[in-house]
Amino acid sequence: MIALTQSLAVWYATRGSGAVSLVLLTASFALGTPTLLSWGSERFPRLVVQLLHRNVSLLVVVFLAIHVSTTVIDGFAPIGWLDVIVPFRSGYRPIWLGLGAVAVDLLLAIIITSLLRVRIGYARWRQIHLLSYAMWPIALVHGLGTGSDTRSPWMWWLAGLCSLVVLASVASRLIARRPADPHARTLAVSTALVLPVLVLGWLLVGPMKPTWGKKHVTNVPVVTLDPALDSVPGS
Amino acid sequence: MIATSTPPPPPPELAGPTLPRLLTSVGKGQSQQAVPLAQHRRTYPPPPAPRRKPIESYIAAIETAGLRGRGGASFPTGRKLRTVSQGHTRPVVCVNGSEGEPASRKDGLLMTRTPHLVLDGALLAAAAVGAIEVIVCIERANHQAISAVERAIHERVQSGEQMLPVYVMDLPAKYVAGEETALVHFVNGGEAKPTMTPPRPFEKGVGGRPTLIDNVETLCHLAQIIRWGPAWFRGQGTADEPGTVLLTLSGAVKNKGVCEMPIGRSMDTVLSWAKPTGEVGAVLLGGYYGTWVSAADSRRVTMDNAALRSIGSSLGCGALVVLPSDACGLRETARVLKWLAGETAGQCGPCVHGLAAIAGGMNELAVGRATNHTVEMLNRWAGQVDKRGACSFPDGAVRLLRSALQVFGADVHHHIAHGPCWGARRSPVLAIPTAKAEPWR
Amino acid sequence: MSYKLSVDMIACDGRGVCAELLPERVELDDWGYPIIDASPMVGVVLEHARRAVAACPVLALRLEAAK
Repeated sequence: MIALTQSLAVWYATRGSGAVSLVLLTASFALGTPTLLSWGSERFPRLVVQLLHRNVSLLVVVFLAIHVSTTVIDGFAPIGWLDVIVPFRSGYRPIWLGLGAVAVDLLLAIIITSLLRVRIGYARWRQIHLLSYAMWPIALVHGLGTGSDTRSPWMWWLAGLCSLVVLASVASRLIARRPADPHARTLAVSTALVLPVLVLGWLLVGPMKPTWGKKHVTNVPVVTLDPALDSVPGS
Repeated sequence: MIATSTPPPPPPELAGPTLPRLLTSVGKGQSQQAVPLAQHRRTYPPPPAPRRKPIESYIAAIETAGLRGRGGASFPTGRKLRTVSQGHTRPVVCVNGSEGEPASRKDGLLMTRTPHLVLDGALLAAAAVGAIEVIVCIERANHQAISAVERAIHERVQSGEQMLPVYVMDLPAKYVAGEETALVHFVNGGEAKPTMTPPRPFEKGVGGRPTLIDNVETLCHLAQIIRWGPAWFRGQGTADEPGTVLLTLSGAVKNKGVCEMPIGRSMDTVLSWAKPTGEVGAVLLGGYYGTWVSAADSRRVTMDNAALRSIGSSLGCGALVVLPSDACGLRETARVLKWLAGETAGQCGPCVHGLAAIAGGMNELAVGRATNHTVEMLNRWAGQVDKRGACSFPDGAVRLLRSALQVFGADVHHHIAHGPCWGARRSPVLAIPTAKAEPWR
Repeated sequence: MSYKLSVDMIACDGRGVCAELLPERVELDDWGYPIIDASPMVGVVLEHARRAVAACPVLALRLEAAK
């Protein structure tokens, strides 16, 4: 009984911290786009947005730490510490969970290179940092693929709003003519148009269907709650 | 003596040519052909076969001769040779034949008519510093010079002369392509745009090696010094700036073209050679990247950098344009500044924005729409642009602006108070190259 | 050990973060690009300078030991 309650609490913590991570990641993403990053005024020096972007990103790490540790500690699914950074190993929803590990790897690379920015030089730092454009969609698909809340309305609102913010940020960057190289721009524009459509389509045929996740239920027997068992010896 | 108007004298034996020196075998209007190798070799022995170690006697000779660069900066060539020869790896020699200055023709003339003297100079410099190869950089549009140099290299290969590899690279027709870091960047495979220093090319340039970059004319003088010795070289010119220099004369004069002058002659003498067609209004010395000299100063000053510096001018690349008194110096300057603003590499904010602002302000002044505030702003911008780019390109534009405001000070007042002067209405004197869309690579 | 601040004007994009962090040594010209006072720095100013170097969005600032 305790185990189940504890497990439930941990499970809620996983979902909650996952959702918060997504929101914070979205905020960091938006703050990191050139339009906002270059914004400054008399009362708000550019420094403020720059530091906000940095601090929100570090906060993402905190909530992500909670998210991954609760996932591993919660024995409900066979996910070990290694599966956090090595993708596609776990038996539990390998693809969608694996994407989460990929996102973690990318985020670690981005954060570490940013902390060591002055040492590694601008060009190399920037190459890694641009991977954030790949990391966010991967994190989203991971959340929608593994998440238990994908069919809940509050999740739609959350994911929908975050996606809109990210799309707006990407659009503002493209409108500001970056990247300047015409080939890169064509690639960026087409990806920005095609990817949301693909994700939406996948949602409709995958996670949104009632049968999604059914085959991933682990072998924990379903316990019926017997009121007589409410008081557990030693609790 | 102007080589352009008298037939060339035969080259003397051992005493070294009297005037002219570089233009000895170049005759105006006669054969447009380059001096062939056989004829050249009657006067100049072939450079030594390629070797690893620098040749100390060559470097010492150039140091003793006191040769200074003829590309505009007037840097002591001997010092450059010595520094490059002391690098950690074997260096490379780059011949700067870009000649981006529209009012200059001397380098093109040397490359087209005496390519072998240029190549000798380059190979002797290469031997002096122990270089592994020579790269001759010529502006793409200068087909004559490119084919003359290529033919000369071919002649040498045919004649069996042992020499280092000599490559010809064609540069885009951009002014800053001739800047030394831009040259190196282009040769290394990048765009012909300047790069950040340090390191300077003499430390780390082509292929990461110390690179000796010298102007075409400088290398010709070098070849002559090695042939006839530093004492002979110092027989003309001043103690601090020995030797002769090539001037390109143009503007309102009868004798347009390239002439050779011992450094230190009076500007008055040079003008008398050039034969102005009317009253001299002002003289643009150093080309479009140079400075204005007032008519009064032109009658007093001597043509050496020490004297010219005292009036805020310098020889630069030796291009001299005479402005007639009925032309408007402000209007001419405005046109040049506009062209210079268009020639920036576009990499540094102060240069891009500053030169555009300065060109705009100068234009207002030229057409008579300016006020005292405009002049204040021009001076403010000049201060904000000077020495604030990665290279010294904007500094030249600032020098031109400041010299114009000073030399044409009376015109400035007139334009502000009464509008443009008569001179602004006649056809312009300074020809501005037409803008072409050209890649940086 | 004192240091001098300099800027790579080719990398510089005129964002102006340096002037916000180090007004003692950095002024912006009429187009938003930094005019740097290159006199040697020690102590507190040096710390601010280090911060400015790290905060530059394009890492265009550099600190060199003053000889």
